[in-house]
Amino acid sequence: MAGSTLEIKDLHVEIEGQQILKGVNLTINGGEFHAVMGPNGTGKSTLASAVMGHPKYEVTKGEILLDGEDVLEMEVDERAQAGLFLAMQYPSEISGVTNSDFLRSAINAHREEGDEISLMKFIKEMDATMNTLDMDKNMAQRYLNEGFSGGEKKRNEILQLMMVQPAIAILDEIDSGLDIDALKVVAKGINEMRNSEFGCLMITHYQRLLNYITPDHVHVMMQGRVVKSGGPELAQRLEEEGYEWIKEELGIEDETVGQKA
Amino acid sequence: MTVEVSLPYNKEYVTQFSQGLQEPQWMKDLRLNALDKSESLPLPKPDKTNIQGWNFTEFNHHVAGETIDSLDQLPVEIKDFLDEEEEQKNLVIQRNHTLAFGTIDEKLKEQGVIFTDMATALREHGDLVEKYYMNDAVHMDEHRLTALHAALMNGGVFLYVPKNVQIEDPIQAIFWQEDPEASLINHILVVAEENSSVTYVENYISNNKEEKTSANIVAEVIAKDGAKVSFGAVDNFEKGTTVYANRRGVAYRDSVIEWALGQMNEGDTVSENITHLIGDNSHSNAKTVAIGRGDQKQNFTANITHFGKGSDGYILQHGVMKDKSSAIFNGIGKIEHGASKSNAEQESRVLMLSKDARGDANPILLIDEDDVTAGHAASVGRVDPIQLYYLMSRGISKFEAERLIIHGFLAPVVKQLPVEAVKRQLTQVIERKVY
Repeated sequence: MAGSTLEIKDLHVEIEGQQILKGVNLTINGGEFHAVMGPNGTGKSTLASAVMGHPKYEVTKGEILLDGEDVLEMEVDERAQAGLFLAMQYPSEISGVTNSDFLRSAINAHREEGDEISLMKFIKEMDATMNTLDMDKNMAQRYLNEGFSGGEKKRNEILQLMMVQPAIAILDEIDSGLDIDALKVVAKGINEMRNSEFGCLMITHYQRLLNYITPDHVHVMMQGRVVKSGGPELAQRLEEEGYEWIKEELGIEDETVGQKA
Repeated sequence: MTVEVSLPYNKEYVTQFSQGLQEPQWMKDLRLNALDKSESLPLPKPDKTNIQGWNFTEFNHHVAGETIDSLDQLPVEIKDFLDEEEEQKNLVIQRNHTLAFGTIDEKLKEQGVIFTDMATALREHGDLVEKYYMNDAVHMDEHRLTALHAALMNGGVFLYVPKNVQIEDPIQAIFWQEDPEASLINHILVVAEENSSVTYVENYISNNKEEKTSANIVAEVIAKDGAKVSFGAVDNFEKGTTVYANRRGVAYRDSVIEWALGQMNEGDTVSENITHLIGDNSHSNAKTVAIGRGDQKQNFTANITHFGKGSDGYILQHGVMKDKSSAIFNGIGKIEHGASKSNAEQESRVLMLSKDARGDANPILLIDEDDVTAGHAASVGRVDPIQLYYLMSRGISKFEAERLIIHGFLAPVVKQLPVEAVKRQLTQVIERKVY
């Protein structure tokens, strides 16, 4: 097995006193693409945010390990430096900081002091990656996410993903708000990342994304847990039949965790 | 309440000072009249800041500075303001109260552009200066500080751009308070005639951490019909200098006045920046960034008053407050009756880096006309934890993430300054003050 391994064990997470995750178990190995699916309000995005260390989410029980190291003991920046990446559903807008300056800081944060990327090499890589993602060149000089359309924000998240080259990436609803052409472009970028070392967890409630990025494993979340796992055929069945059959099979009436996440 | 001023400068002194500079009669009269008024007029009353005990009168009024033959003779701290790659063709360096270095592009001179220190301007272009000096923008008798300014003015520059002349290269002035107790009572007068355009940038600097003095600065910008003036400033007086800065613009029809003010003083500061949009379709964009630290007290007022129809005003004030400093940011958009189709927008934001600091953002809209649009946004708060989370999720340390956010917060002015060296210098000052 090459690459890194992210293990999520019996994860319980609260936000503002409300329990959202109630025991999630999931293991992602390098080289594997996983999809976590499920209706709205079942805890999918909470899972992503908790792994990255969002300040509003509190882990009350369970473990997250990256190659055996305790992720929960790490600060957010240390998690990133250890190899985690989260493409966010709602990335922050930061006025006055150009996309390009930000990206260079992010890349250098992953490198040793004294081994910073040269400006020329950085620009070359950024140009090439923006090209792949069909992004307007002037986006490099615009302020980070400020005034970006929904689609531009998503592409920008993937641009960061491709340039930072993390060991394990979580993509939180990277397909939402994208038209079909944009979705294809984003999928192309993500597929370029595929190799025997890179592990990826895609969160989505549409099968649509999975037409372009084929997952090795599919998981369904309901009531703050993974209730069903399978191969790509599971996603196919969800696309055709919806989620009702799973609820019936498991005797679930309300699949949400009691609050829209 | 009036406080007795015991001004160490009397009629005799002012008369001799004016004569010594060979000033025109009108200037001497103005000075004496103002000196008289300064004894009875009250201090200005900036909203929510009490300046009664501040030092506006104890200083050294006249200190000559040595002239320099070449820019190589300047100390590094002054050289920092100058572009190394590109030679500054239009430059005035004032050392204490006298001109140390001055140059202007010959081509501009031929077109009738005047850019020189105020003393020379008064001698050589007295009639032209008289037409605008404390007439249209700032009045001598507004309060004690304008009167003191008029009475004791001892430096500054005059910039005159004739009709239809477009100046592409920036015009730069450096005001260097080298003597620790010298008081810069600088008057900056910028006149842009019809359909002309000019970009001016000024730097103030001093080193007096302990010694006390005060600066009293008045800048007047007159933009005639169709003219465009872009005015940039970085104020960086040390702790010992108490600062009163009054920068005011008058914009006539179809004209534009843009302000980009980096208010980086270390001492107590009152700053007002007022623009009168007199003409129809005139436009002003007034941006200020400021940092407070130590036990510094500051008060910033940005005001755009609309008289002309279809006039457009935009105010931005961003402040970063540290330690035990306090600052008040007053943003005032005023639309007078008859200024229909005008638009007044403003944004005031204060970033608090310490629990002991105090920052107030007071957005005020005063509207006396129905057919207008206006809006304001104001906030006082700490660095947004969600922004920090986002940056840190890319591996950037908390320290570096905060640094990026703060520089970004102050970027609106940095970005607008015309000379690369001045941008860089302001960025360095921000870095030094925040960390």
